[in-house]
Amino acid sequence: MNVTIVDYQSGNISSVINSFTEVAKGKVNLEVTSDIKKIKSSDKIVLPGQGSFKSCVDSLNSINGLVETLKEFTMTNKKPLLGICVGLQMFADVGYEEAETKGLGWISGKVSKIDNQKGKFKLPHIGWNEIEIQKESKIFKDIKNKSHMYFVHSYQFIPEDKSVISSTTDYSSKIVCSVEKDNLFGTQFHPEKSDKIGLKIIDNFLKL
Amino acid sequence: MLKNRIIPCLDVKNGRVVKGINFVELKDAGDPVEQAKIYSDGGADEICFLDITASNENRDTIIDIVRKTAKECFVPLTVGGGVRTIQNITDLLLAGADKVSINTAAVKDVNFVREASKKFGSQCIVVAIDAKKVSDGKWEVFTHGGRNKTKIDAVEFAKQVEANGAGEILLTSMDRDGTKSGYDVELLKTITDSTNIPVIASGGVGTLDHLCDGIVKGGASAVLAASIFHYGEYKIKEAKEYLNSKNVSVRL
Repeated sequence: MNVTIVDYQSGNISSVINSFTEVAKGKVNLEVTSDIKKIKSSDKIVLPGQGSFKSCVDSLNSINGLVETLKEFTMTNKKPLLGICVGLQMFADVGYEEAETKGLGWISGKVSKIDNQKGKFKLPHIGWNEIEIQKESKIFKDIKNKSHMYFVHSYQFIPEDKSVISSTTDYSSKIVCSVEKDNLFGTQFHPEKSDKIGLKIIDNFLKL
Repeated sequence: MLKNRIIPCLDVKNGRVVKGINFVELKDAGDPVEQAKIYSDGGADEICFLDITASNENRDTIIDIVRKTAKECFVPLTVGGGVRTIQNITDLLLAGADKVSINTAAVKDVNFVREASKKFGSQCIVVAIDAKKVSDGKWEVFTHGGRNKTKIDAVEFAKQVEANGAGEILLTSMDRDGTKSGYDVELLKTITDSTNIPVIASGGVGTLDHLCDGIVKGGASAVLAASIFHYGEYKIKEAKEYLNSKNVSVRL
């Protein structure tokens, strides 16, 4: 199996590469690239994302043909894609970080700032928080409810169709922390930084 | 509910751990990679390397250590010490660090914080503030490991780095550092009350109660400690179980 981590200069993806490399050892052929041909021939894609919504979308758009290729991969060919952090957020129609920015529009919804309730909640939401599983998700196989995952973000994805939400976490309100819609998977938390339990999620994705 | 983090810090000099864990099972007590792995396996929520190498020539050493550690530890890794340029940050992040901590360079020019957070995102920019009490309710920022005065008010500076995009503040009390007499809770409380970003408490931990005070009384989101873990006085797990018994929420 060929899995591609999309390297579109979206900031630091070393940790994503390290953790996937660890889990993929000897089982999966892992590529880190923005090469359109390689992405097209992959079986699965990982879409990381760090920094702001706008900077990530801009970076994706700056690589000729990338957005179209990803769309064809997920929407037409229905092959599995895992978005991490801003990688998940970009599934939305629109994001409001820095400036109003059009997202990929794969799952209807918006990305807006977490309500910190007048300073009661510190932002960014940094650290380990429990996930509350809302529906069965293939990437949560053998993951217990209320497992701890590592988060670093100030913005949250609010999908229109709540049935895509596979887990939430409690920080000022119930924040969407993972989604599953057909072949699309996304986590707001960082499985690559969430210790052994995070590696298990990566393993689940690779085994799909 | 968001958990309070316990962060063991390893001081690294010329590629070797200074004041390392004194465990008999260690093959090489000075190897930072091996020590980080012990912490990570023991439940550390994050690992911090502080590079105290004096010379610039040895910067590649810390990069190499970060690279090796990041391949074995899958919890967040913060690296500080000598971070002065955008290139320094790029090198550390590419090697596998998740966050970098900026100290002297931020004091010299707060625009550096803004530039760095704009380029890499606030989530990976920690500003380390070393503060010393100068009078009642007043603390001054110090640099160069506490040797140089700056005349900058620590509270004002904390607000300033937040406004310039720092994602977190690593606050060390220079009065308490190395004394094992506990965090400067008053300093912590003042800074956590005046800012809206997470604050990591540092400097002075001697007992598990001190960790508890940093969170409960000081309002810190995370507590950093070096020697109580290095010398094996307490294991990370013991610290967490203790905090949990005091109703401080931690990741167990």
